[in-house]
Amino acid sequence: MSLVQHLPALQVAVPLLAAPLCAMMVRPRIAWLFATLAAWATFAVSLAIFHRVLDRGLILYEMGGWAPPLGIGHAVDPLNALLLVLVSGMAAIVMPAARPGVGVEVAPRAQRLFFTLALLALTGMLGIAITGDAFNLYVFLEVSSLASYALVATGADRRATTAAFNYLVQGTIGAMFILIGIGLIYMMTGTLNMADMAVRLREARDTAPVQAALAFIVVGAGIKFAVFPAHVWMPNAYTYAPSLVSAFFGATATKVGAYILIRFIFNVFGVDFAFGEMRIGWALIPLGLAGAFVGSLVAIWQDDLKRMLAYSSVAQVGYIAAAIGYANRDGLIAAIVHVFNHGLMKGALFLVMACVILRLGKADMRSFRGLGRRMPVTMGCFVVAGLSMIGVPFTVGFISKWYLVVGALDAGLWPVAALVVLSSLLAIVYIWRVVETAYFREADGPRTREAPAMLLAPTLLLTVLCVAFGVATEFTVGVAGSAADMLGVLP
Amino acid sequence: MTDPLSFLSGHAVQWGAVVLLMTGLYIVMTRGNLIKKVVGLNIVQTAVFLLYISIGYVEDGTAPIVLEGAARYSNPLPHVLILTAIVVSVATTSLALALIVRIREAYGSIEEDEIRERESD
Repeated sequence: MSLVQHLPALQVAVPLLAAPLCAMMVRPRIAWLFATLAAWATFAVSLAIFHRVLDRGLILYEMGGWAPPLGIGHAVDPLNALLLVLVSGMAAIVMPAARPGVGVEVAPRAQRLFFTLALLALTGMLGIAITGDAFNLYVFLEVSSLASYALVATGADRRATTAAFNYLVQGTIGAMFILIGIGLIYMMTGTLNMADMAVRLREARDTAPVQAALAFIVVGAGIKFAVFPAHVWMPNAYTYAPSLVSAFFGATATKVGAYILIRFIFNVFGVDFAFGEMRIGWALIPLGLAGAFVGSLVAIWQDDLKRMLAYSSVAQVGYIAAAIGYANRDGLIAAIVHVFNHGLMKGALFLVMACVILRLGKADMRSFRGLGRRMPVTMGCFVVAGLSMIGVPFTVGFISKWYLVVGALDAGLWPVAALVVLSSLLAIVYIWRVVETAYFREADGPRTREAPAMLLAPTLLLTVLCVAFGVATEFTVGVAGSAADMLGVLP
Repeated sequence: MTDPLSFLSGHAVQWGAVVLLMTGLYIVMTRGNLIKKVVGLNIVQTAVFLLYISIGYVEDGTAPIVLEGAARYSNPLPHVLILTAIVVSVATTSLALALIVRIREAYGSIEEDEIRERESD
């Protein structure tokens, strides 16, 4: 057995073992350095896994040599390989920026615990993505959620504590619903392995527990995924959390919810059952579009720009939900590509907020006045990532919107396609407000300069990736296409 | 279709879980006191534990320990799963209580409406 074969186990083990070690490092600087190295090592592992998956398709890993369904197995296909790269990649990019970014927002004594929590949240998300066992998925979900609640509460504003409490209450209800769903499936199939469940469910699908299980899992994952109207926890949590936490979670946390939804609907329950008999498309598409409009409209009126970005996330999550609801290949490609692309752009935009907060103390409209001249690089990043949010060609946002529209037309839902385009116009309004304030208003605040290179470099890197993946589309679309093929939707 | 009475009595444990789930969700939604919300959350979790434990029940089954003369055993797997979930719920509760302590330090109250009032000033 070589190390390469154990990569799926290392994917979760590296950040999990690094977390308690990090808690023992008293000096904040050492803790940060250690957490950064751990994040990079995790990213390297996920790249290696990704490479192997593209090479040979599905990777199955038996934990401790116990073969599933008796043992717990990891299963990696192109869908979760891409998610692993996104989650660990965001951690690897955001973690180095944490030193200057967190320095002003978290007390030095608490910083090592902050990095410990970040590593635990990373562990949980990677675990959800990689595991092939439904109950294991629930446990990892709680690992990442508990770490997230605590991370949100580390925000400097006292409202961070109430935001974290509401997040905890709603997140726990979501997790409980997923747990009930898994229990009901276990009741009917006697297995917890997801691949095994899928096979056995084919005979048991017409029973009430299985139908209830689908409902519970869709609602539970919907809460974690912040689909309208279950998005209420998100705006406050992302507004009052430290900016780097918002950047990391904005890019990854809701995406993991999307993954749970896709995995259960397409793999475990199957397209015929979920969309043919239970018609969940009729729930996902209207709610997704409602979220897209409500999120974008509310974003327009926000004065706090972190809150604006959080509401914009409600809208983007809506697009992903609607795209899943199309139940065709282009729709699934749109959902998977948008999970990845929105991660890049929202990460970049929240990092811009981190730069501004570091220099000016807060990120409201007033502090953005004249910022185009005072922080040209930061604002340049905002403009590029903002254009991507709108969906301008040659950015990642365009690729997502393209497949969103094509998928809707493919499903014969032309009004949906029209509404997607219409709601994208709302994004122009909320991005333009900021651009106008930054470039055409006179500055009246204190003099300032660019954020330190440690924070600016990751922001720039994510912005460049927004354009790079928008021009070289074969990579994301190709992987999403092969993931969609493995999920068994008809072309 | 079985008659309603036996449907009710035959699924007594599951009905218990449903009642607990609804009670818990109702408390979480309607109570303004944060501690009561946590209690409501605990009741929701208890409902799920009950549902899982009922899955493991086998008629006339004994504890899953090899015994002379025992032919049927209950299914231990759901019970073990729920041990994990109980640990998770302890962690959730303690984190929630820790957050409530912080909220009280910051706002001087654990009533939702009073906190909302103080948030705006």
